[in-house]
Amino acid sequence: MSFKEALDSGKFVVTTQVGAPRGTNIDKMIQHIDLLKDKVDGLIIADNQSAEMGVPSLVACHLIKERGGESILQLTCRDKNRLALQSELIGACLLGINNLICITGDYVTRGNNIEAKPVFDLDAVQLLQTVRLLEQGKDLGGNELSGAVKFCTGAMLIPDPDTKELQLINLEKKIQAGAEFFLACATYNMEKFKQFMSYTQTFRVKIIAAVLLLASAEMARYWNDTVPGISITQELIDDLAGAKRDMALEKGIEIAVKYDKVKAILVNVMGGITRCDEVANGIVSARGDGNITVPLVIRMVGTNEKEGQEILAKAGIPFLKTMEEAAQKVVSLVQEGA
Amino acid sequence: MIVAQRKPVEEIKRSLEGYEKILIVGCGTCVAVCLAGGEKEVGILASLLKMSFRMDGKEVEIGEVTVERQCDKEFVHPLEENIKDYQAVVSLACGVGVQFLSEMYDDKVILPGVNTTFMGSNEGEGVWQERCRACGDCVLAKTGGICPITFCPKGILNGPCDEINNEKCEVDKERDCAWILIYQKLEKIGRLDNIRKMFPARNYQINTRPARLIHEAYQKYEVE
Repeated sequence: MSFKEALDSGKFVVTTQVGAPRGTNIDKMIQHIDLLKDKVDGLIIADNQSAEMGVPSLVACHLIKERGGESILQLTCRDKNRLALQSELIGACLLGINNLICITGDYVTRGNNIEAKPVFDLDAVQLLQTVRLLEQGKDLGGNELSGAVKFCTGAMLIPDPDTKELQLINLEKKIQAGAEFFLACATYNMEKFKQFMSYTQTFRVKIIAAVLLLASAEMARYWNDTVPGISITQELIDDLAGAKRDMALEKGIEIAVKYDKVKAILVNVMGGITRCDEVANGIVSARGDGNITVPLVIRMVGTNEKEGQEILAKAGIPFLKTMEEAAQKVVSLVQEGA
Repeated sequence: MIVAQRKPVEEIKRSLEGYEKILIVGCGTCVAVCLAGGEKEVGILASLLKMSFRMDGKEVEIGEVTVERQCDKEFVHPLEENIKDYQAVVSLACGVGVQFLSEMYDDKVILPGVNTTFMGSNEGEGVWQERCRACGDCVLAKTGGICPITFCPKGILNGPCDEINNEKCEVDKERDCAWILIYQKLEKIGRLDNIRKMFPARNYQINTRPARLIHEAYQKYEVE
């Protein structure tokens, strides 16, 4: 099923982003593509994400397509003028890449080539309009195309119901310009997200919520300060900051079960600096508190793996060795429960 | 007005290597107001260079003169007498003045003494703020008198961008997003309808450089 068909079907659509490396060694990217391509409805490749130069989105999308995956091209207005943007859209279409996200783009100084000249010939709204124009067989210069393009086109949004009317005006402009779906910034406040969704239900667009995993209070504060659109509540930051030394895992599980929508917990440990035995002790202690009322699945590999597994085995907690097995296990447990 | 900043003395000195008779020419208009290239700054630069050359054990003659404006022929012509005895000239005018001097005195070495930075307003003592980018297609009528081309680092016309962070600009979190300011002003004057409409892509053809303008009353004169 194509990404467009998945969106139109009304099912819960899942997309994920694959990181594009800075260089020609793409082994890791290919590994990630192969792991993910059959498990999601679309793989997004950012266009020089955060103004950091890397493998072009179009090239990575082509590699995904070659490997049988469904790719989503991202285009930012930061690095290309309207000639380059339009020709890239034609190129994408020729390569059979028909899913697109149009963004204005982070400013150049955010990235790793901070002396570059910023372009911004168009903005996201104008880029969306340009896509629709090219679909009608015309370019921005008013010239006829020898063949039109076709895209399932989306944009970005900040899912905050307290947001100024200005941002809602901008959202409506994007819809009017042709956005069929939106990728939301990572959200950490389900109540606010619900309110925002009820507002957007007046439009015929699909919204895809984003998840970014938080590892610490410091990380949460840093993201709040530096990542546009991200708003992590003080309550959650306090919760994270309140984790006692060596009790991070217990705290994580405690936060997870706070939300009544959580149907199962998957603990995925690839221990490098993190030691599996410490994590295992944490899991045993968290379960001992009796707070966990939903299925718990653990995948554990890495440093002190054997010791960790022994601790879990002694406590009668099952664990799995691969992410794939763990993911299947957690899905089947949720389905059994439903 | 045009705002400029004096180049570091070391950089100016390096550009003067090999010359023993140097004239510093100030400009009494914009750069005088922004304390970069007026009569006073000509004096300061001359003193700094004299001291520096003397410490190097070099005998260098440094002259000083300031004209009303270096971007007008009538003010630049009278410099002929001053310039003829010098090997090199440091102009403390904006880039316009430097080029004008260089063109009018084409056998002389004319060097820049300031970096021309922007067109802006005086916000208080010693503080200047960029206000206009001379885009050639003013949108201020629609944006409540606040310029998105200047105040938004991306210069976008259908803002805000997705990188807005708590109403602040992505590039400088101390500064309000230009589009928030535009929204607030338009809300105050009851003209939010202005930004509900799409702004089309800008026409950069009108920005083809170098720009040249002939007032319609003088077009015939120019052709002759």
